[in-house]
Amino acid sequence: MTGRTKTMLAALALAAGIAALVLVPLLLNRYGLYILSMWAIMSIAAIGLNLTLGYAGQVSLAQGAFVGIGAYAAAIITTQGWPLVAALVVAVALCFVIGWLLGYPALRVQHHYLAFVTLAFSTLAYLVFRNEEWLTKGIYGITGVPRPTLFGWPLAAPLRFYYFCLAALGIVFAGAWWLVRSPWGRAFMALRENPMRAMSLGVDTRRYTLMAFAIGSSLGGVAGVLYAPLVEFIDPTPFTLGLSLNLLMMVIVGGSGFLFGPLLGALISVLLPEWLRFSEGLYLIVYALFVMILLAWSPTGILGIVDRYLARRRARAASAARSAAMPEALP
Amino acid sequence: MLNLLNLVVSGLATGAIYALVAIGFTLLWQTSQTINFAQGEFVMLPAFFVLAALNVGLPFWAAVVVGMIAALVLLGVTFKLVLVDPMLRHGVLPLAIATMALSIFLKDSVKEFYSAEAQAFPSIVPEGSLALFGTQIPLQSIGVFVLAVAAVVVLQQFLARSSTGRQMQAAAQNPTVARILGIPVERMILYTFLINAALVALASLLITPIYLAKFTSGETLGLAAFIAAIVGGFNQVRGAIVGGVVLGLVDNLAATYVSTQYRGAIPLFLLIAVILWRPQGLVGRAEERTV
Repeated sequence: MTGRTKTMLAALALAAGIAALVLVPLLLNRYGLYILSMWAIMSIAAIGLNLTLGYAGQVSLAQGAFVGIGAYAAAIITTQGWPLVAALVVAVALCFVIGWLLGYPALRVQHHYLAFVTLAFSTLAYLVFRNEEWLTKGIYGITGVPRPTLFGWPLAAPLRFYYFCLAALGIVFAGAWWLVRSPWGRAFMALRENPMRAMSLGVDTRRYTLMAFAIGSSLGGVAGVLYAPLVEFIDPTPFTLGLSLNLLMMVIVGGSGFLFGPLLGALISVLLPEWLRFSEGLYLIVYALFVMILLAWSPTGILGIVDRYLARRRARAASAARSAAMPEALP
Repeated sequence: MLNLLNLVVSGLATGAIYALVAIGFTLLWQTSQTINFAQGEFVMLPAFFVLAALNVGLPFWAAVVVGMIAALVLLGVTFKLVLVDPMLRHGVLPLAIATMALSIFLKDSVKEFYSAEAQAFPSIVPEGSLALFGTQIPLQSIGVFVLAVAAVVVLQQFLARSSTGRQMQAAAQNPTVARILGIPVERMILYTFLINAALVALASLLITPIYLAKFTSGETLGLAAFIAAIVGGFNQVRGAIVGGVVLGLVDNLAATYVSTQYRGAIPLFLLIAVILWRPQGLVGRAEERTV
């Protein structure tokens, strides 16, 4: 297969995927649309975490807290009568700054220590959501979060709101695609592969580490801003450590360091409970087993399996081409 | 002042239990780079083994023995052979995430197949209380503290004095050299997994009568053990003991003197402060970083 046909095939697959995401929901009921919207939102948060973890190599167990910060920002601001755009600006700015600050420990400590600092932050954020009643209404939560209007076009209907979330996902995905190919993305990957070497090559590792955290976290905030009007009710329970762990598993299961990884991971994590609905409470057990088996088999996730398969086929094709070319090269 | 004495005693008791769990945690990290996110669930589970054995009709002592053996087999040997061994070569992160999945698996299995309700658990320490300086100190706190300290002392002596203990230390410090010296490193690693299983089983027997047996009870315990391990020093058994006791005291005193709402936050601030200013832990050595 030549490179050109392969690009065309990839473009075709992408187009088919987008068409499915646009057309299939027309057949879905209210609940199906809710689930798909949730998938889009969780994908955005997972894309952010993938930038921090998959590309820059910094472990974060705080992404759920940033979704929470975004959701509370949206809930508080929009129930005061302000538009969702204002909430988006506030949430992104807030998460960017907090994410930047959270990156500082990453400059000092690595791996498990960093996991625990971010884990501590995540738990602290939950305590603030629960205890600061003057701001967050505590365990009673904030009710009646309105769905936004876009240029005077109300998005209250489930289908319209789904398209809104899908468009947001599209924008975020395109942004991530661009970022990974930009010099910044290359600097992130250099950071992941070998920070010492990156530094010796003149990459400002300090700035890029903080940036990786800040950008990843602000995408968590974006997801939160969409989450609040989708659910229309915000209380502290969804934003425990469990959400952060779940987002981390989405990234790893899909394949960290692959652009499509978070989309796939979020799809499994959001849809699996629906597929396994007949098994009642068993789905978490099945999911946990699936994650363990998958990781034992392929630590780079599902896309890692695909990637290895393609690499093997390429290698085989190349060696076949070499052996075919050999007799001509010989005199 | 009298209240303070009570708080200190109960803080020492919970701290000693945290130390048991944290020691197991650091042992696994030292010998096989396993960050066990399911450590809290490992403490929750043996109590349920014992309860299941009691339900079958065994007397309490026999149920404890059964629970202990089940813990050694499942949380020690099976955990190592089935989950850790195949994943170890992939590095630290995939294994850590697999243990997160394991913690979900264990928690939901207990909830689904045993009960979602909190279960009472018989105490292995006599009930009642001791009059001391004009206040009542529960015997349970004292008994828990004494048993936990005894376990730690025995373990320390085993690691420092016995031949097997020294071989285990050597295997943890430098597996390659240990192997050259003829130490069966693989078996030593298996021993640390068994010791961890025994420690969490003991912690389970000691703490469950106080906090009841519930499928979620591992969450706070696991977090406490991580914090204790890091605050004390991740690469030292000694550190885990100091960290556990400090954490137990801070936790109990903070609940009374600071705020009940933010009780959970104080250990976290302690954790962040230690990581930022003294990453090797209060009594730990600085770890040489490999890049």
